[in-house]
Amino acid sequence: MTKRSHISLSVNGDEYECLCEPDQSLVDVLRNELELTGTKEGCSTGDCGACSIRLDGDLVCSCLVLAVEAEGKEIETIEGMTPKSDELHPLQRHFLEINGLQCGICTPGILVAAKALLEKNPDPTETEIRFWLAGNLCRCTGYDKIIRSVQAAAEEMRKG
Amino acid sequence: MASILEESGFNPSADLKVVGTNPVKHDGLDKVTGRAKFGADAFLPGMLVGKILRSPHAHAIIKSIDTSKAEALPGVKAVVTRDDFPEKAPGSGPGDMTRNVMAREKALYDGHPVAAIAATSERVAKKALKLIEVEYEILPHVIDPVEAMKPGAPILHDYIRTKGAVENEDAQTNVTERMVTQLGDADAGFEDADIIVERSFDSAPMHQGYIEPQACIADYSEDGQVEVWCCTQAPFVYRDRLSAILDIDCNKINVQQSELGGGFGGKTGFYGEPIAILLSKKASAAVKIVLSRIEVFRGTGPVSGTSYTIKMGCKKDGTITAAQANMVFQSGPYAGSMYFNAPNAMFTRYDIKNVDIVAYEVLSNRQKVASFRAPCVPQIVFGVEGVVDEMARKIKMDPIDFRLKNACEDGHTTIYGDTWGPIGFIETLKQAKASDHYNTPVKPGEGRGISTGFWFNRGGETAASLNLAPDGTVTIAIGTADVAGSRISISMMAAEELGIPVDQVRVKMVDTNSLGFNRVTAGSRTTFSVGMVIVDSARKCIAELRRRAAEAWDVPEDGVIFEDGMVRPASANVGDFEPMSIADICKKTTMSHGAISGHTEMNVTGAGPGFAVNIVDVKVDENTGRTDVTRYTVIQDVGKAIHPQQVEGQIQGGAIQGVGWALNEEYIYGEDGRLQNAGFLDYRMPVASDVPMVDTIMVEVPNPAHPFGLRGVGEVPVVPTMAAVGNAVGDAIGIRPTSLPMSPPKLLAIIEQAKAEGVYKG
Repeated sequence: MTKRSHISLSVNGDEYECLCEPDQSLVDVLRNELELTGTKEGCSTGDCGACSIRLDGDLVCSCLVLAVEAEGKEIETIEGMTPKSDELHPLQRHFLEINGLQCGICTPGILVAAKALLEKNPDPTETEIRFWLAGNLCRCTGYDKIIRSVQAAAEEMRKG
Repeated sequence: MASILEESGFNPSADLKVVGTNPVKHDGLDKVTGRAKFGADAFLPGMLVGKILRSPHAHAIIKSIDTSKAEALPGVKAVVTRDDFPEKAPGSGPGDMTRNVMAREKALYDGHPVAAIAATSERVAKKALKLIEVEYEILPHVIDPVEAMKPGAPILHDYIRTKGAVENEDAQTNVTERMVTQLGDADAGFEDADIIVERSFDSAPMHQGYIEPQACIADYSEDGQVEVWCCTQAPFVYRDRLSAILDIDCNKINVQQSELGGGFGGKTGFYGEPIAILLSKKASAAVKIVLSRIEVFRGTGPVSGTSYTIKMGCKKDGTITAAQANMVFQSGPYAGSMYFNAPNAMFTRYDIKNVDIVAYEVLSNRQKVASFRAPCVPQIVFGVEGVVDEMARKIKMDPIDFRLKNACEDGHTTIYGDTWGPIGFIETLKQAKASDHYNTPVKPGEGRGISTGFWFNRGGETAASLNLAPDGTVTIAIGTADVAGSRISISMMAAEELGIPVDQVRVKMVDTNSLGFNRVTAGSRTTFSVGMVIVDSARKCIAELRRRAAEAWDVPEDGVIFEDGMVRPASANVGDFEPMSIADICKKTTMSHGAISGHTEMNVTGAGPGFAVNIVDVKVDENTGRTDVTRYTVIQDVGKAIHPQQVEGQIQGGAIQGVGWALNEEYIYGEDGRLQNAGFLDYRMPVASDVPMVDTIMVEVPNPAHPFGLRGVGEVPVVPTMAAVGNAVGDAIGIRPTSLPMSPPKLLAIIEQAKAEGVYKG
């Protein structure tokens, strides 16, 4: 039996340790070892973006990262997006108000990706939002209300 | 109390307080925080990992399966093959279902399951799959449905004979059915025509493309009770079919649906669930099966590929005199394409007196067909609306005027026998004509297309319960699935009827042990049907509230009325009593009289048909053949939008799914019959940067059979889409494409042809 690797990582500010297979993906470890199932797995090939997370601040598909590569890294997932238990991030709030989600399976990845965009570019054009989110598939909405939700959140966040 | 089916109580001038507003959906918070539990998000103690071995051959006899080496691998807890499934007669409903779940005599498509493993880890399960030895005898295969009809084609099932379908009725065939649909006298109709247009079309299979792969957990107890957790559009249908193929009583199979990460028709039939149950039974532990994306493409249903001819004739004034069609629908290895929708819907919306349609369903060595929004209709409307457009062009008539000239009116009797009540088709066309989009000139180098579509909308068997809690708040138990937000719409209708704020209502999708049978969530039936049942249940509660108030006040029941959420005396003559809220009565009487609940089950009828018009602008790159949709407007009759934002979302999502199908999405098979693009990189669905915003104009012609005038809204948005894009592409490049998808290689060839013929616009 192959020996499993011990890894330590920080997820949403909390320290975790676990054992993982050498070829196990980070999304698999997040979901099935740590049971943080807010991050979704839609394709395992980096095409759908449902598993989008932040790795030391970088937006990545966690299906394309080996769990052992996350050793000692800071990870941010959808579970860490809400600043306080009774307060939503403006993106979360506008997705709810504008109905930027239907089934909701792509939503965590899209929210994580959109947050990364707005940190980098607080005033994106529609085209910039569309290209930034081109790695996040949504099959329900046709993207219209997703883009509008991001625009509304960006506007609110710019006003502070 | 009269049945809601007889007296909906629809009041066009009702002062609605909740219906028509846009409250945040109650399931939304869990979805933006990652808390919502989808199919793959549940765990049970001691749970094993289930994996499926699939055939790499499109058509092969399975001579033997040796699982001994896999079984000997440490960590493997169970192996199942065809031998573990009860025998069901080939060609019967259960026989086809069980064979699609696990290949029996033959593997019939690339991806057909042949064995499965339950093991302590994913790694062990995958290793064990490689140790299973399957001996195949590879047979010639056929995937193209037209080829599959020809004499001498490889035969999938030696027992099929189809009368009236082929010349030699005693010969083996892949044709499962031939359906003839006629109205009037088509030959005479074409005699009357000044213009006749006849074109041939085809379409490749596309996949529903839900982002959540199928996932399930089965937990089989030694006493024969099975708990199933899965993402499904049809928990009750799954239960009943699991019962039918596994010989387990329905009451011993309890299906709890998870949140559903998209379905669009693709999660109306099971794949991993029966396998997980048998693995769990053998392993005496819960088993979870989560399909990979490759398995979703290789193992679950795409839609029917088609090949068809449309012939239509009209007079110089635009009156369509006749329509004819000959169509072939590809079904995969078993029947069940729902191809019969096409003859009934393809021309329906135009008042055509003479119609002659022949349709075939044909088996082939590809994944079994599964439903997709308006099954089998959009890919045919692609052709119909192309021919309609060409007729309009030939007589130099505005394309919307041409359609208005032939549009059905209220009271129309359809080709399938129904007579419609009020419909909104003419109004959608008028609003399309008056729209800003239609009145804005087409940009240079672009093309514009118009098209229309119809969907029946459905009702069907529905059961639900509405419970008033002692504090007057409301919980609702439903057995349908929530594919995009029906829970909030159901809450809103209950709140409207009970005169309370929507926040006082919560809806839960309960397990199959908790309610009577609910039909599959499909066909644009759920908000309509559950709405009927819930309003009926609310009315039962209101009757009981009145009874209890009458008792408290010691007055006759008819002296008590219910309005705006309050029970009050019908008049001053009844007496001077302080009105009571639902909460007042529940607080006072729940302990003495028991809870107040309404429960209704019915086969809901009265669904009002839906119509949509699309206006699409496109730009086609002359050098690459890539098409960009630059503007998109949908005009749709929604009856009454319960939650307008959600209805708009259905329309926008349907339109963009259609854009994917129109321009790019297709199953590509190699010469060896294997699927070559089983992944999102190669099966390219629209991404955010591919598409524009989708503008909507919602027409509200109420359906009087529903208390709030609702029509289903989920299917019709996709019906006209590919046709509208096709007509726009044709307008842009000079020749209207006839093959779906209109992918770059095909358009480059058409551009070349258009240039050669001197009709290229560019």
